[in-house]
Amino acid sequence: MASPVKPAMSTADRSFSENVRVAVADPQLRRAMHHVKEGFIGKRAKAAARLPEFEILRDAARDIKDHTLAHLDLYLERYEAQVIERGGQVHWCAGPAEARATILDICRQAGARTVTKGKSMIGEEIDINAHLEAAGITPVETDLGEYIVQMRHERPSHIIAPAVHLTKDLIEADFRAQHRQFPADRSLSEVPELVDEARQVLRQRFLDADVGITGANFLVAETGSSIIVTNEGNGDLTQTLPRVHIVIASLEKVVPTLEDATTILRVLARSATGQEFSTYTTVSTGPKRPDDVDGPEAYHVVLLDNGRSGLLDGQFREILRCIRCGACINHCPVYHAIGGHAYGSVYPGPIGAALTPALDGIEAAADLPEASTFCGRCEAVCPMRIPLPKLLRHWRERAYEQRVTPGGLRAGIGLWAFFARRPALYGFVTGLAARLLRALGGRRGRLARLPLAGGWTRFRDLPAPEGRTFRSQWAAKKSTRS
Amino acid sequence: MGSEKEHAVMSGDRERVLGSLRRGLGRGQDVAADAAASTAVAQRIARCQRGPIPARSDLDPAQQVELFEAMAREQAATVVHVARRDGVPAAVADYLKAANLPPRVRVAPDPKLGALPWDGQPLLEISTGRAAAEDPVSLTGAFAGIAETGTLMLRSGAQHPTTLNFLPDVHIVVLRAADVVGPYEDAWNRLRAHEGNGAMPRTVNFVTGPSRTADIEQTIQLGAHGPRRLHIILIDEMD
Repeated sequence: MASPVKPAMSTADRSFSENVRVAVADPQLRRAMHHVKEGFIGKRAKAAARLPEFEILRDAARDIKDHTLAHLDLYLERYEAQVIERGGQVHWCAGPAEARATILDICRQAGARTVTKGKSMIGEEIDINAHLEAAGITPVETDLGEYIVQMRHERPSHIIAPAVHLTKDLIEADFRAQHRQFPADRSLSEVPELVDEARQVLRQRFLDADVGITGANFLVAETGSSIIVTNEGNGDLTQTLPRVHIVIASLEKVVPTLEDATTILRVLARSATGQEFSTYTTVSTGPKRPDDVDGPEAYHVVLLDNGRSGLLDGQFREILRCIRCGACINHCPVYHAIGGHAYGSVYPGPIGAALTPALDGIEAAADLPEASTFCGRCEAVCPMRIPLPKLLRHWRERAYEQRVTPGGLRAGIGLWAFFARRPALYGFVTGLAARLLRALGGRRGRLARLPLAGGWTRFRDLPAPEGRTFRSQWAAKKSTRS
Repeated sequence: MGSEKEHAVMSGDRERVLGSLRRGLGRGQDVAADAAASTAVAQRIARCQRGPIPARSDLDPAQQVELFEAMAREQAATVVHVARRDGVPAAVADYLKAANLPPRVRVAPDPKLGALPWDGQPLLEISTGRAAAEDPVSLTGAFAGIAETGTLMLRSGAQHPTTLNFLPDVHIVVLRAADVVGPYEDAWNRLRAHEGNGAMPRTVNFVTGPSRTADIEQTIQLGAHGPRRLHIILIDEMD
């Protein structure tokens, strides 16, 4: 069942440092990323401050997921039984190839020609669009950001704001090139005009679709329900109008009860967009009932593992608490500087750096855990309290152990470790180096060039040390106190 | 289309994935621990235990209605009150006229809505059923209103087709003040009591304000794919 389609985010294409060089030199991307910094951070802070229970809800949300993950086999069996009880089907899929084949099979049996899609990161993970196209089925992304990104043959650069790397003038140009059915001299420079035009174009697509594919924010073991959260209403038109609804979800989306989903929903929108609650939260259970006059005739759940079950036993289990709100991405200074595409992975930002090595293997993603300053903002805002810096540190250790860390870096760490294990020698050498650098820095106190520090000095001067080393100052301070 | 083979692979995946989960969780090593885990799961689902509930909606019923209204308005819904159910047709006509909207209303096949005195509003063109693409306005009931966030809870069924919530440009919702609850948890309890036997309707839609998007430059724009306007008619009468 090997797929003929090459995964679009093939790790072989990835050259992180080259991507970063291109990204930081892109003035259009700079302008677009400004909106991330200005928008998301303040909105989340306001929403969190408005709810006195926000911090205890974060604790409760973390505890729900920890409990569920510790019983994941049992909750998934219960969930599956409930879906079947309500007339739906569950398809367990070990990897992307199995998931793609399953979806294609369902679409073919439905005689599908067009498929509408709600926003789904699992859809990106299994690269379902390319696979459907290769089989002669047209996938139509209906989330506005996803629609724009699909039109540009790009990937989402953010897990909840797929087109956040674009400015409206670029989107206007794309709409003018693609939507030839409208007068060429129409006004299209403002956001409401762009949104309206997309609404008009997509409306017919919703009505024509044979199959609708959505993701899931939660699967509920108690009732066999899937839950999606949107603001546009596109997910609802996607799953209500076609004859067949396919939910694609990864294993860790399951929660025990509707109450548990509710607790996590209270932190999800606030962390993501700073909303009190998203505009549409939809709980779907099985296909249409005998007396329903609308809704899909068939309801399928494609349940994807893709390496997640292997994370239960070990130091990376906490990754599976993630609810994909994007808060870590929104607050990451590295993401602000380089945008989402530079990571070259399906999931960008801190969660992507922690998750991608688990999905693709550390040898294919060793540079991503390095894309962090360890400033800790991601952990501070994560609603599920995932210790992202700790997880990235574990990946760095593993990359070093498995010898996938680049040679220069390995040599540097090895050299440092040699001295660190010999404190007296370390003190002597660093003291010497501090004095030498101070002398080289001269009256300006700055170094324009330094051997082995080109990565720093190519872009800015290196401040020279001003006095003695930290360790010698610390020793002096301790002796005066005692 | 090779579906037999594919299905064989799929059912193989079920055991493969579950096997991997069980290995990761150390199942099959300690019979007592496995039994305790099964009991914990069964109990957790049976109890439907509540998490921390925001205190903001812990109010008397009249104040809950006020909170519902304030939160719904904050999310760009509009709200009017009528004293009694039979005031709904006039409220619909007034709203559409004031906003210069087409007086063509697709009404949910809900006997309580059908029994309203529509005859008194000759300018309204009323039809009943699921929504079609060209319907400009829909009118539905609501299962509950949730004061905590100003959210409507809409339950799908023969009397409430889901398309009415999403296809028309304007969605008008009739909500009894008596159906406003404080937190979501109270709404779940009502739903469980209504359905019985652990059943669920096909769809439960929680709707907070009209459709919107911020996908272009983080600028919030109403009316992305769903309704551009959400209008709530609150029936004050406690019947």
